[in-house]
Amino acid sequence: MTHMAILELIGLGKNFGQNVAVNALDMTIEEGEIRGLIGPNGSGKTTIFNLITGFLKPSKGGIMWRGTDITGSAPHAVTKLGLARTFQLTTLFRDMTVLQNVIMAHHLHLRASLWHQFLKSSESRQEEKEIEDMSLVLLERMGIATRKDEIAGELPHGYQVALGIANALATGPKMILLDEPVGGMNPVETDETMQRIRTVRDQGITVFLVEHDMRAVVSTCDKITCINFGNKIAEGSPQMVCSHPEVIEAYLGEEVSCSL
Amino acid sequence: MTAVMIALPFVVSGYKVDFLTMLMVNVILAVSFRVITTTGGWSLAHVPMMGAGAYATALMSGNLGIPFWFSMPLAGLVAGLIGLGISYPLRRTEGFAFFVASFAAGEALRLCWIRFKIPFGGHQGLVVPPPMLVPGVQWLDFAEAIPYYFLTLVVTVFCLMIMHRLDVCRIGSTFKTIHSEENLAKSMGINTARYKMLALTIGSFFAGIAGVLLAHRLWAIEPDQFGFSTTLYLLVWVVFGGTTTFSGPILGVVVLSIIGELLRPLADWVPMVYGIIIILTLIFLPGGLESLPSRIGIPKGKFWRAQITVEDR
Repeated sequence: MTHMAILELIGLGKNFGQNVAVNALDMTIEEGEIRGLIGPNGSGKTTIFNLITGFLKPSKGGIMWRGTDITGSAPHAVTKLGLARTFQLTTLFRDMTVLQNVIMAHHLHLRASLWHQFLKSSESRQEEKEIEDMSLVLLERMGIATRKDEIAGELPHGYQVALGIANALATGPKMILLDEPVGGMNPVETDETMQRIRTVRDQGITVFLVEHDMRAVVSTCDKITCINFGNKIAEGSPQMVCSHPEVIEAYLGEEVSCSL
Repeated sequence: MTAVMIALPFVVSGYKVDFLTMLMVNVILAVSFRVITTTGGWSLAHVPMMGAGAYATALMSGNLGIPFWFSMPLAGLVAGLIGLGISYPLRRTEGFAFFVASFAAGEALRLCWIRFKIPFGGHQGLVVPPPMLVPGVQWLDFAEAIPYYFLTLVVTVFCLMIMHRLDVCRIGSTFKTIHSEENLAKSMGINTARYKMLALTIGSFFAGIAGVLLAHRLWAIEPDQFGFSTTLYLLVWVVFGGTTTFSGPILGVVVLSIIGELLRPLADWVPMVYGIIIILTLIFLPGGLESLPSRIGIPKGKFWRAQITVEDR
């Protein structure tokens, strides 16, 4: 594993009016790690994700992605650079089948021009076939290939999350941001999902996740960052962060920290 | 289907042929409107876009003497370019903002026709010559209803084929992802703003073609024809038919137009009947007429796939 920064947040800040959502945050994520982001509700976790992926424009500071400044880039452009994301609550194309979801998610693999797509030229049909094959492989890897023809919105919650991750992986990312991947899951589904996330990392994709389930975070992440009111209050190994007095006071409470 | 469409003008009486011609114009209008709704936006500028095509062909064929076969695609292009123009400021608006902004853009266009008497003729509008298709051939007079019906039929079938292909190719699927979950589409690397602009441009192009067909049959156009009451009719057709499938808007236009025609003796009551139909549709059949088969238990896929291949011919 090369210890090289893949993503750097430099003094990143976001205000909504008078309200400071994220306050001058510095953070470095290394290539190949699984990084957890924890903090109380409203502490700015999802805002940070939205800033990184271009859904929000920062009020100050910058974002460096593999050495280039991507501050203020549009979401589709950020994805094109290799930074994919999922959304809190499973956001899918709910009316489409599982396979169609992943096929559409391969948008960045398209080489055929709009004109060729319209004509369904042999070039375009060839490409559609390749994308379908890649999608099936991806679904296989995420363990949902048997469900490929079901309507996405009708899947059980755990599979919907797996599909959400598959959609993000289909863009060919170097890093994925997962927003509460195990939210609302039972322990079995949680374990399955965390296992999938480790598999993703083993394929060389850096993972950055926001999560409230401390058992899942501690067992999976290499490093954890804890924020509160938009400020970083602790960063380090899971054990270190969980025993950090400020983290216990702001977020975990005594009992949870003891049981971990 | 093909045989019926060819035989129809010979079995129905005089003015009903023109009714069928206008019906086809409205089918193009409604289906081109659906191209835009597949990306999620309900453009209230769509009827003015039809007007743009009508005015463009009126000026080109009337003032410049450009033959119909050239003025029709050119007028479509003019409407498409105006659509592209308004789509630029509209591309980042969503929901209600899109509604209001598109309405404003359409009204602005209409005001131009009223204010600039030269060349648009103000409230009186413009006179449009009947199309000269094959100069010198007397028996093929497109000022007559039946030849014009067939001209419209050919153009309509052609337009529907192109828009159907657009719907089933990957571009159409990409449009639908934007409607389904715009943020997810963005995070998949789809430049949603650009695709929305593309949909509005293509939709406007075909609305322009509908306008051309309308103008050359009516022989005269005025700004009021493309006002908000026409937009309301368009919305009623599309809500009644549904926008999920390609056939939805076609069904909506055809069924409601036929009801309107049957009620011709009670013309003053037609808007009220439409209003009642819309309220009943929204309450009992919110997916529109297209959702009826699945509501009464016929599997979705089969029925509509058969239906679409029929429309294609």
